[in-house]
Amino acid sequence: MLSRTADNLYWVARYVERADYLARILEVTLRLTALPLAYVGSTNEWESAVATAGCSRSFHAAYPEADEDNVKDFLAFSSANPSSICNCIELARTNARAVRTALTSEMWDVINGAWLELKRFNNAPGSREEFLRFLRFVQETSLRFDGSAYRTMLRTDAYWFFRLGCNIERADNTARILDTKYHLLLPEDTHVGGPLDYYQWAAILRSVSALTSYHWVYRESLKPWLIADLLILNQKMPRSLASCYDNLVRYCDDIAEAYGRQGAAQRKARGIRTRLSNLKMDEIFQSGLHEFITEFISDNNELGGTISRQYLM
Amino acid sequence: MADCFDEMKGTDGTIRPAYAGLDAWLRDLSPDLIDQRCQEAELLFRRIGITFAVYGEADSTERLIPFDVIPRILSSSEWALLQRGLTQRVKAINMYLKDIYGRREILKAGIIPVDLVFQNQVFRPEMNAQKVPHDVYVHIAGIDIVRVGPDTFYVLEDNARTPSGVSYMLENREIMMRLFPDLFSRYRVAPVENYPDELLATLKSVAPDTAAADPNVVLLTPGIYNSAYFEHSFLADKLGIELVEGRDLLVKGGVVYMRTTEGPKRVDVIYRRVDDDFLDPLAFRPDSTLGVPGLMSAYQAGQVTLANAVGTGIADDKAIYSYMPEIVKFYLAEEPILRNVPTWRCREPKDLAYVLEHLDELVVKEVHGSGGYGMLIGPTADKGKIAAFRTRIEADPKNYIAQPTLALSTCPTWVERGVAPRHIDLRPFVLTGKDTVRIVPGGLTRVALQRGSLVVNSSQGGGTKDTWVLDT
Repeated sequence: MLSRTADNLYWVARYVERADYLARILEVTLRLTALPLAYVGSTNEWESAVATAGCSRSFHAAYPEADEDNVKDFLAFSSANPSSICNCIELARTNARAVRTALTSEMWDVINGAWLELKRFNNAPGSREEFLRFLRFVQETSLRFDGSAYRTMLRTDAYWFFRLGCNIERADNTARILDTKYHLLLPEDTHVGGPLDYYQWAAILRSVSALTSYHWVYRESLKPWLIADLLILNQKMPRSLASCYDNLVRYCDDIAEAYGRQGAAQRKARGIRTRLSNLKMDEIFQSGLHEFITEFISDNNELGGTISRQYLM
Repeated sequence: MADCFDEMKGTDGTIRPAYAGLDAWLRDLSPDLIDQRCQEAELLFRRIGITFAVYGEADSTERLIPFDVIPRILSSSEWALLQRGLTQRVKAINMYLKDIYGRREILKAGIIPVDLVFQNQVFRPEMNAQKVPHDVYVHIAGIDIVRVGPDTFYVLEDNARTPSGVSYMLENREIMMRLFPDLFSRYRVAPVENYPDELLATLKSVAPDTAAADPNVVLLTPGIYNSAYFEHSFLADKLGIELVEGRDLLVKGGVVYMRTTEGPKRVDVIYRRVDDDFLDPLAFRPDSTLGVPGLMSAYQAGQVTLANAVGTGIADDKAIYSYMPEIVKFYLAEEPILRNVPTWRCREPKDLAYVLEHLDELVVKEVHGSGGYGMLIGPTADKGKIAAFRTRIEADPKNYIAQPTLALSTCPTWVERGVAPRHIDLRPFVLTGKDTVRIVPGGLTRVALQRGSLVVNSSQGGGTKDTWVLDT
């Protein structure tokens, strides 16, 4: 398959995944800011949303301070922010259009339909209700896109590159949430927070759609170290770092098998997964949660670069 | 133009045999049903159009080419005539190109003025003495034909570079078969759906000798911002070949490769929809980002086949067009089966005098113009415009040709709740491979939707129709 085609497929998946992630962050932030201050403390949740989205620097180049209006605009609609939801969908469609024939018609319908629908939301919705509808729409688009890929794509290299994009982005997103919120997840004895944090913990789980899963897995009230465990090491949880790396290793191997050749990408993915599966949560806390996450984000980026060099250019 | 020839009713109002079934069917149908079908057709097209993403930016999503649900029908004997004429014409074009870039017999014989060729921008000296596989230059030709009477077809224009429109031929038929299965049961319409297979067979047949037994054919597109991108991606899909952009190809050791996830893969035949000028920044426009550096040298070394060949513009240029009858006679020693529109060449003093005398009745064109630019349509122009054009012609007569305004045939067309005659043309597609010429029975019929208008271009309110060739 053409390298450019593989590259386009990889990025379609990444952009849709990113749009979905941004929508979930915004939804969670709206929830938190709807609670009385007594429950969540006086932190600026909009500032934290910008940080979790990974675009603090570009945001502060445009605005001195984060508030509901400018964050909503910047993360969802702004054309100045290359990673706004609207830009992600636009870029996803541009990539999809360039490989129109490598996608199934179902997938094209979803992404093109979303792109057309977006025009309706173009003047940033005024009311919170309308904005929430927009966020739901983005999440549904991503669900439908993912679902059509799962149900309609041939299991060939096209599918595997698509899935690689999806999982690299997903791992990055989960790691970014952890990176911004790690101070809330430290074990009990070192933890400085109070009961206020309960709502923050719930918010973290919501932002990876895992609040219900948490209860099923641990059958306990929310404990920050268990939340960290769920998001990092639990292989059953689809957005955990471990689960993303199970997938990345599998799809890298599928490609290697089809092409009859292993390479740097396969080795790198396997290396990261092995590390994740050998680690215990208390070891991570001992050597520093923050350091662990920072290193993971950089490893994950490196894998992305390795995949690009090996296949996509 | 009340006296022009109507495809359904001729000139005297009697329904012509090929249209009898359509006439009866139209009588049975209620206008509401046709309206409903028109809307369905529009929806289907929008879906397909959107599905294939023709339309790039913001509001241009609305830019569908209008589709008329009443087909244009050609009887099998009419088609047989066209087919013979098209085959003859394209054969002559290929022989002419071989000659122009080879021995130049036609110039030595004084049939075409030497300056018309050598001072022409579309002439490519790079092609001099260049061998192309099986002497085929124009693998895909789109010949624009108009009809002015029961037996009179004129060639309006030859398109020998990168003709487009064939996707509409295929899509229009798909839509018609979905919308009007009944109508198809009244007729035996020759299928067109084998076009992609014929095209692929044609392209494979002209692969270089050095190619593998199953040559690797790709379609080269300028990219998603090209207005014909929809067609490029549609055809690549139907042919089952890779749709590549310039940046997907590289030339190494004189061989063309495409960049794949498994490393470079050799390319043997390129169906290119990129103009000569942009093919190779090393050989042509250095600012081209659409091309492939080194492609021309690989081509000249015979390592890859380009379809169509480089330099075919010298066959379909307006300045050359008027010599086509002579070209056919010169190479085939036959009378041309399809006639040219009578054309006055202003470079010749006698013709020039006539043209200047009759500016108010003629259509005057710049020889290098295209798409309706640099044109004078005498009958509709005011005195000022005619005077201005006269000055331009007198200043540089060589640059102009003139033709009579033609009474293009009309075809019944559905317009605002009624059937009315509208002017049409026809673009059949002629494929030339190693040993054979293939023409799928049909083509693209364009229709001028405005009453009385002769302009069928989609950019100026033209639409398309399905084109039926009857199978006896």
